[in-house]
Amino acid sequence: MKEREFSDSSYEEFLKEEKLMGSRCKRCGALYVPPRALCIKCFNTEMEWKEMKGKGKLIAFTCISVAPPFMIEQGYNRNNPYCSGVIELEEGAKVDARIEGVDAKNPENIKIGMDMKVKFVHSSVGEHEKTYLAFEPV
Amino acid sequence: MKRKGKLARGVAIVGAGMSRFGMFKDKNSKDLFLEAFREMIESVDKGMDVNDIEALYLGNFSNDYFVHQAHWGPIISDLIGLAPRPATRTEGACAASALAFREGVFAIASGMYDVVLVGGLEEMSKKTTEEVAEGLALATIPYEGKVGFTFPGVFGAIATAYFERYGANREHLMDVTIKSHNNAPLNPKAQFPYTIKDIMNMKKERAKKKGLDIPRWEDEKDFLRDPKANPPVAWPMHLYDCCPISDGAACMVLVAEDIAKNFTDDPIYVVGIGQGSGRGLHACDDLTSFEATKNAAKEAYSMSGLSPKDIQFSEVHDCFSIAEIIHMEDLGFFPPGQGYKAVEEGLTRLDGSMPINTSGGLKCKGHPVGATGIAQLYEVWVQLRGKAGKRQIPNPDLRVGAAHNLGGTGGTCTFIILERR
Repeated sequence: MKEREFSDSSYEEFLKEEKLMGSRCKRCGALYVPPRALCIKCFNTEMEWKEMKGKGKLIAFTCISVAPPFMIEQGYNRNNPYCSGVIELEEGAKVDARIEGVDAKNPENIKIGMDMKVKFVHSSVGEHEKTYLAFEPV
Repeated sequence: MKRKGKLARGVAIVGAGMSRFGMFKDKNSKDLFLEAFREMIESVDKGMDVNDIEALYLGNFSNDYFVHQAHWGPIISDLIGLAPRPATRTEGACAASALAFREGVFAIASGMYDVVLVGGLEEMSKKTTEEVAEGLALATIPYEGKVGFTFPGVFGAIATAYFERYGANREHLMDVTIKSHNNAPLNPKAQFPYTIKDIMNMKKERAKKKGLDIPRWEDEKDFLRDPKANPPVAWPMHLYDCCPISDGAACMVLVAEDIAKNFTDDPIYVVGIGQGSGRGLHACDDLTSFEATKNAAKEAYSMSGLSPKDIQFSEVHDCFSIAEIIHMEDLGFFPPGQGYKAVEEGLTRLDGSMPINTSGGLKCKGHPVGATGIAQLYEVWVQLRGKAGKRQIPNPDLRVGAAHNLGGTGGTCTFIILERR
């Protein structure tokens, strides 16, 4: 596999390939998801790719009723809210993700600490294929 | 070499003005700035000559987006007759004008200028709610926006983490809202000068006139629990947890400390000024704290030699109710996890031991984002000079007040401490 740049675009390419990838500092071992090309702990620039297992826990979430235009295009609105959240991965890093497989109309039933697994959601907006990162309860 | 963290010479505020905040169809940013500027000139006790002003620092987040006009420094400089003197725009999202204030302070402290005008403005109401939400989301962290996070969404997520960790719940957020609304009618410039009870009565009246069923809410919390009256925006953030869309402007004149008495016998001194930068949700170690605020507080306390217990009152950035609670903790006013209890116990009320957001806060006073930093300092200035009218803090020895301003989802935070001597 050709070494890809440790960049946002590589991160998104990997998501299309259904891989959740981070970068690990070769010197101090710090892990970054999405990847960083510069380690902000020891300022080293020697990084390596590390694939995440895609398992973690929900540590924060929100159910959004007043949606931005691109989510409205996907059918979300005041009567059909969606959930976004923060997942702490088994590997220790945290990621922002869409949260699927939960009832966003009843947020009281969504529990912090729930075990979650990754889900890659492919959608096409106009001519562009996009994959966004989601997690769902195990 | 050890950094001193002090100003090379002292700086004082000798005049301040603020436009009314609200949604104004017939007023643009220039009209609003002029309204603030006129009040500022009149507020200088011994008078001042506009020609004394040597430079302008102006905060504006995104009029580029909101009214499709950028480059506001020279527009305002020309408006008030300062051109060709230098005019610099600062951008730090909702903390844009706190950065203007800071640059103005540094410009004087460096010895470059003696008299500097600092201000801020924003004109948001010409866009729809959805468009404003999209415009504000320009200041989120890219990874957040892509998975659907909005501004209220980020603070909603932070609230769920806070609830989980400290055992707070929505009822505690309501305490913040009710407290801010109790202060708002006392502020003649506020966008929503109504208590929650006033709003309940207005809605009952409206229902009666229309011949509809008159809602029966037992009390304020009963009203805030009603999803029809207070619908969710980004759970647990509901409508009454969120600041409104606003237009407005504010400005202040800063001078070197040694000439302050030429302008007034009652200058207000800048004793502490701090700033910090922060990261997105996924990159911060603790979701229940803002590292940018903590850094700003550290700088400001260190410069002033003061500690949190010396601060007698503060404006705290309450773009969302949860933000007020967490920031009070980050600024050291209350220990971590105790902020919501302090609000519940009434400590942050106008007559409490630590009044917070006597102006009504962003929730009720309004939040024209680029004007907010200076508008918060305007409130501190007015309170310290004993000119806050009906909302004057009932403490005859008011000497030290502060303002905390946040930009984005915590990317830029400032904390500024003012003192009356």
